[in-house]
Amino acid sequence: MGKYIARRLAQSVIVLLGVTLLAFVTLHLAGDPTYLYVSERASEQEIIDTRARLGFDRPLPEQYLSFVVRMFQGDLGVSLRSRKPALEMVMERLPATLELTICAMLFSTLLAIPVGILCATRRGTPLDGGIMLLAMMGQSMPGFWLGIMLMLFVGLQLRWLPISGHEPVLEYFLRGDFARGLQNLPQAIPYLILPSITIGVFSLSRNARLVRSSMLEVLNQEYITTARSKGLTERNIIVRHAMKNAMLPVVTLLGLEFGFLLSGVVVTETVFSWPGVGRLVFNAITQRDIPVVQAAVVTFSFMFILLNLLVDIIYVQLDPRIRLS
Amino acid sequence: MADASITRLNAEALAPQVSEWRRAWRSLLKARWPILGLVILGIMAFLSVFGPAIAPRDPNRQTLVERLLPPMQTDAEGQVKYPLGTDGMGRDLLSRMIYGARISLLVGFAAVAIGGLLGITLGIVAGFLGGYVDDIIMRVADIQLAFHFILLTIMVLVVLGAGIGNLVIVLGVGQWVTYARIARGQTISIRAKEYVEAARSMGATSREIIWRAILPNIMSPLIVIASFNVASVILAEASLSYLGLGVPEDIPTWGKILAESRDQLLAGKWWLAVFPGIAIMLTVLSLNILGDWLRDFLDPRLRGSRS
Repeated sequence: MGKYIARRLAQSVIVLLGVTLLAFVTLHLAGDPTYLYVSERASEQEIIDTRARLGFDRPLPEQYLSFVVRMFQGDLGVSLRSRKPALEMVMERLPATLELTICAMLFSTLLAIPVGILCATRRGTPLDGGIMLLAMMGQSMPGFWLGIMLMLFVGLQLRWLPISGHEPVLEYFLRGDFARGLQNLPQAIPYLILPSITIGVFSLSRNARLVRSSMLEVLNQEYITTARSKGLTERNIIVRHAMKNAMLPVVTLLGLEFGFLLSGVVVTETVFSWPGVGRLVFNAITQRDIPVVQAAVVTFSFMFILLNLLVDIIYVQLDPRIRLS
Repeated sequence: MADASITRLNAEALAPQVSEWRRAWRSLLKARWPILGLVILGIMAFLSVFGPAIAPRDPNRQTLVERLLPPMQTDAEGQVKYPLGTDGMGRDLLSRMIYGARISLLVGFAAVAIGGLLGITLGIVAGFLGGYVDDIIMRVADIQLAFHFILLTIMVLVVLGAGIGNLVIVLGVGQWVTYARIARGQTISIRAKEYVEAARSMGATSREIIWRAILPNIMSPLIVIASFNVASVILAEASLSYLGLGVPEDIPTWGKILAESRDQLLAGKWWLAVFPGIAIMLTVLSLNILGDWLRDFLDPRLRGSRS
């Protein structure tokens, strides 16, 4: 057990270093990165000064080393526009992004399980066919396009829900001000609905199909036939016997899910003008504000890696079979 | 001597394939939906090849007096000049979408070709050689998997700048891991088979074994993955175009038309957002349906359980 965790930790450290190396290499891909930091009309002297100031004149290995050292000190450079530390800008926006991701995850998982089970038990009926066709479509459209359609019809046409806006909740929670956060919650929910659906619909579709097929597989097994022959009701069989095993592949996916949802965030936040990291990245892209993009990529990758590590460790506790392999 | 054995091996591998096509066709007819997918993809492919000849207008020609016309609007003579309407700069939406099909399909298939080629090569090399080569390749794959793919793509494109070439390479390189893992696993299991051993004992070289024994036998799962992959690359391209990271300004793509619709949305100009999205969805849906069918058709385990 300890050995497994140690190995997994070592792996994560290697991956983290890989992330930093890639972030570093990317910056140098287009040649001398100095030109990304100066304006197009910069004079020769200005370019030389900037190059020296940012350390781009030193040998690459040395640059990489100082890049890593600075990164572990939480220094990912300053925004080229606002001159604020890039990491600080990302951290300011992170709570809003996490709110959205958590809601999308709740939406996609909590709905997928009953829908998948419903389809499995009604296999072959028009209801099953219809839902599976919808799920197939959900996996085939660009998430942000669904967002635009929801904005158009639910927001602008029917005027049921707001199409942009945000009320902070998680930010207060993280600061320890729970009363204020809870107080904001009722106003925050309407703003969260459309973006969460937009981000979550792909996962919802995939998870519903997964639950359905894994449920069907379990229902074909002998212990279920035994349960049936004992005269148990269908509901009893599904809830008490089949569900536990059918959920295994879904649970396995949940860890990856969070990271996956995070990637939908960038575009969706842009659609709904959500004040999170995604829109920060979008604005940074249009202004070619490289340090901010870099800071966001590194932060997300770190979160992703830590989460995977955590999930793997929890699995070992849950499923003893993994420990042996 | 070696040649004779390889030829026989080859003949055995090829023999069932003749009826395989017929079997595929029959299964396709029975499943029905994949045919619709094939038809839609066929139309899209036709549009992307003959787009310039079919498109009623120049997709970049701006007619400012005719901007933001709704679809099927009749002019003074009762003619429909713009079946799908015009955009904020008075460009014909239908023509822009026909040109857009070209980019979506090109980027989708080219990126998967690059990723597949790279991944299959590295996977076979890793599986065939084993040892430290295998270790290095698979560790790199692990590292890449731990990344946030879209964010990494964004970062590379921000630095390199937009362009079809960069887009295809970045999206392609992002795909190799899946192919490498599958190719490696299959290679390892096939390398240990008796017929490979037999071929080797007859003096077949590694190259012959890889080309004639391993490659044909590992293709089915890779083809299935590829069809799903083209679909996801097309979706990724749309997202990147929407963020302004796709292709240059004068080339219309579905994602870019969606991005341009952003400013017109509040004014209720729905057609600019609805039609390109439907085009993307139909294309991707077709690929997904075909992928599902291919998986059922090519996966021998499912095949057994069905008959």
